[in-house]
Amino acid sequence: MSGDVMSEATDVLIEVRGLCVDYGLGDGAVRAVVDADLELRRGEVLGLAGESGSGKSTLAYAITRLLRPPGVITAGSARFGASVNLLTAGQRELRGLRWNEIAVVLQSSMNALNPVLSIGTQFADVLRAHRPDMSRADRRTRSGELLEMVGIPADRLGSYPYELSGGMRQRVMIATALALDPSVVIMDEPTTALDVVTQREILEELMALRDRLGFAVLFISHDLSLLAEIADSIAVMYAGRLVERADAAAIFRAPRHPYSLGLLSSFPALHGPRVAMEGIPGSPPDLRNMPSGCTFHPRCGYVFGRCRSDSPPLLDLDGGTRAAACWLQDGRTAVPAELGRPEPVITAAVTAEAGPTGGRS
Amino acid sequence: MTRLLRSKKILVGLSLSVAFGIVAIAGPLLAPYNPNTSVSTTLSTPMPPSAAHWLGTTQVQQDVFSQLLVGGRSTILVSLIAGLAATALAVLFGVTAGYFGGGADDLLSMLANIFLVLPALPLLIVIFGFLGRGADPNDVVIGVIISVSGWAYGARQLRAQTLSMRSRDFVDSARIIGEKSWRIMTFEILPNLVPIVATSFLFTVIYGVGTYTALSFLGVISTSHWSWGTMLYWAQSAQAAQQVHLEWWWFLPPGLAVGLFGTGLALLNFGIDEFVNPRLRSGTGGVSGRRARRAGLPRRPQLGLTPVLPASARRAS
Amino acid sequence: MRMIARRIAFYIVTAIVAITVNFFIPRLMPGNPVLAVLGRVQAQESKQAIAALELQYGVQTKTGLWGQYVQYWAHLLHGNLGTSLNFYPASVGGLIRAALPWTIGLVGVATVISFLLGTLLGVAAAWRRGSWLDGLLPAMTFFQAAPYFFVAILAVALFATKLGWFPPNSGYDTTTLNPGLDWPFLSNLLDHAVLPAMTIVLASIAGWIIGMRNMMITTMDEDYVLLAQAKGLPSHRVIGYAARNALLPSVAGFSLAIGFIVSGALLTEIVFSYPGVGYLLFTAIGSDDYPLLQGIFLIITLAVLLANLAADFVYAFLDPRTRQEA
Repeated sequence: MSGDVMSEATDVLIEVRGLCVDYGLGDGAVRAVVDADLELRRGEVLGLAGESGSGKSTLAYAITRLLRPPGVITAGSARFGASVNLLTAGQRELRGLRWNEIAVVLQSSMNALNPVLSIGTQFADVLRAHRPDMSRADRRTRSGELLEMVGIPADRLGSYPYELSGGMRQRVMIATALALDPSVVIMDEPTTALDVVTQREILEELMALRDRLGFAVLFISHDLSLLAEIADSIAVMYAGRLVERADAAAIFRAPRHPYSLGLLSSFPALHGPRVAMEGIPGSPPDLRNMPSGCTFHPRCGYVFGRCRSDSPPLLDLDGGTRAAACWLQDGRTAVPAELGRPEPVITAAVTAEAGPTGGRS
Repeated sequence: MTRLLRSKKILVGLSLSVAFGIVAIAGPLLAPYNPNTSVSTTLSTPMPPSAAHWLGTTQVQQDVFSQLLVGGRSTILVSLIAGLAATALAVLFGVTAGYFGGGADDLLSMLANIFLVLPALPLLIVIFGFLGRGADPNDVVIGVIISVSGWAYGARQLRAQTLSMRSRDFVDSARIIGEKSWRIMTFEILPNLVPIVATSFLFTVIYGVGTYTALSFLGVISTSHWSWGTMLYWAQSAQAAQQVHLEWWWFLPPGLAVGLFGTGLALLNFGIDEFVNPRLRSGTGGVSGRRARRAGLPRRPQLGLTPVLPASARRAS
Repeated sequence: MRMIARRIAFYIVTAIVAITVNFFIPRLMPGNPVLAVLGRVQAQESKQAIAALELQYGVQTKTGLWGQYVQYWAHLLHGNLGTSLNFYPASVGGLIRAALPWTIGLVGVATVISFLLGTLLGVAAAWRRGSWLDGLLPAMTFFQAAPYFFVAILAVALFATKLGWFPPNSGYDTTTLNPGLDWPFLSNLLDHAVLPAMTIVLASIAGWIIGMRNMMITTMDEDYVLLAQAKGLPSHRVIGYAARNALLPSVAGFSLAIGFIVSGALLTEIVFSYPGVGYLLFTAIGSDDYPLLQGIFLIITLAVLLANLAADFVYAFLDPRTRQEA
């Protein structure tokens, strides 16, 4: 299993409560993430979905304190395991945690790899920093193993990033991330920059590795249908807020928030009857000039009075197994049919329909 | 525009430049004495500043202040002309090379690279040396000759920008419409290059001042042609800095003048740079230090350590 | 490797251009100044000297322009730069050879110090933004704008005349010492080299500091630096990731800078009467010694080209992307 003593005891690896992240301070500050709650369990794949500017990347980087200036965390808490408070941890504690327990895979592999160093050196750096007892020969062997693990011949250790193709670079990124057997891997749109064929290959390899090594994944993507295939549960973000959280199949088959519904109908199905494409009218709000009440109400097809004045909190539904931030779900209003489909029963059929990667533990 | 003026660098740079501009225009008119006249034939050492001579006198009893003002006009004028001519050449060669590409680009780039690598001062020394120290070329001619050695850098930058702009849509559409090349270059591409042209101009003027002063200091340009460099030539000949009683009023003013003039222009340049690329501003990159400290955050955010507002400063969610 | 080959070819072309320009300048100036000088010299010099000079400058000769050009090249390739007018019968080549080591030593050491120190300070200024280092910048800008020789004069005034810490001129104390590898001579040598070297460093360092700082700031925003932090690498390694990349433009810009630094060093030598090529140049100007003047121009140009080539090698070593074939 992955992880080490620090996280062995608990099931919940990352717990975020009420996190608020701003860009800048004072009156001109932009509220990029508002009141976010998240839980990542051991071995789970949690998808974080949303458009650009929804705050999903901001949230992920803020959790690990990697957010660049002028980002500031203004409220809430974030813990790793039972004992580490990520928000109060000092440089040394964070450094010990980073890569050992929490690794990151970035979107653009061309930019994420240092262009003037060979990939062998970049592997060795990680090993040298965290496993000081390893000899140079051991490091080389381990680096070679990591490359083989992602399907690249070990003799490519001396190559430079520009000598590799996009797909290979992304594989190198993944291999680097797994170098220290972390318990959590945060993936920020890892396949968006690749062509569709390579995307599929890499995702399959990724999920196979996950099955083998058992690490948890926080997978950030704007592609909800992709997440529905590989994630166990999905959290949808809009304008800095979490608007829905549920199991992947549940969101895919029975969304409860109008935004999730809109996202799903933006992706045409390959099979089934031909339907008119819907999409979501309007555009995401300017984070400096948020609409009153529910941030989604100007674009919502189901908007009514209360939506314009009060911002809905994340309401627990179905006995706490899922949640949605929508006034339609508060029990007092009639829920439209599209937003009230029955929960899918997890059967082999549903799993098969979700795709070859399955991804359920 | 007003935001431009808020930058401290631009303000200081602008005021310095304007001050020197006034010197350039009104210098000789404000000079109390003729810089060539020796006010006394009996004294043989430079006199320190006094009421009659604000910056003292030289060894042959010429008024330093007057020399500074008269020399100022020549120095500033030559630099400006050098800057203008060099920038004109840079725009001509750079934009043409970038726009037309191919053989013209290869040739012009080769030319620019050669001029870039050739050390300018030695070349100019040879040119002016052969021109003869007896000949007293006027400021414009000097400026133009200096500009021949200073156009290459700007040309290369403009060429690079033009190249990237050439493949942009608005240029393509202009070409499809059938606009003539020179029109496209002048009216479509050039307006976008204004910041680079401005910095290039300022940079070349600084280069012009330095080069002209150096040439005068060397005595390669006629030593009877007053400029700040010439003043330093005479000061150095008389070993003004090696005297036990430092004749600071002789060598300090012209040197400081050159330095301040260059600094003013350089600050203007930095200001424009920072305006175009806000990340370069000194400080904490986004959150001002004072504000950060008031909020209880570290004044300088470290990379990889996103600041967290302490509990006391947090707002109620 | 192809890139290096291309650069070498370029430098050869530039050298040819410089040599050709050097050949043509005397012939293009209005009112042939060489004639005037020859007139002055006529009385003092021997018949052979006059003849040699006339030949060198194409005065009263039967060979056409092209013939002279070829001859010029022939002389050059034999290392013959002509005979000095002022120091007759000393050869230009010999004079330069005596002065060159002084200049190379001074410029070489000062430039290396300036580059290393400037780059380090630039990295520090970028890593610790908002610190006192940011306040250094305006002062540095002034030193960069002020002419080299003015900084030299200031140095002499303050450290030599006023404080008496260092000697104000010469390469070494010619009255009491003879060149040799003994400590008294060497320490005296160093003593005399401090102020000139310091001048060159002060006048050139601002460029490296500001350039490196700005490039580091841009580089630190790159994803691979963020990833280095995410990997939990120690601070110095993260800085290294950024600096290795930020260094590249500085090295590339070295070629541009070396021309300025050499020119500045020449001027500095004059103030200090330092027995290098700059001081030689100064005397050549003052005495209208055209052969010497032109000889120095050529040697300086070739030296700068060589320095550029060295910088290109370093750049190719630092940036593996240049090894891409095409």
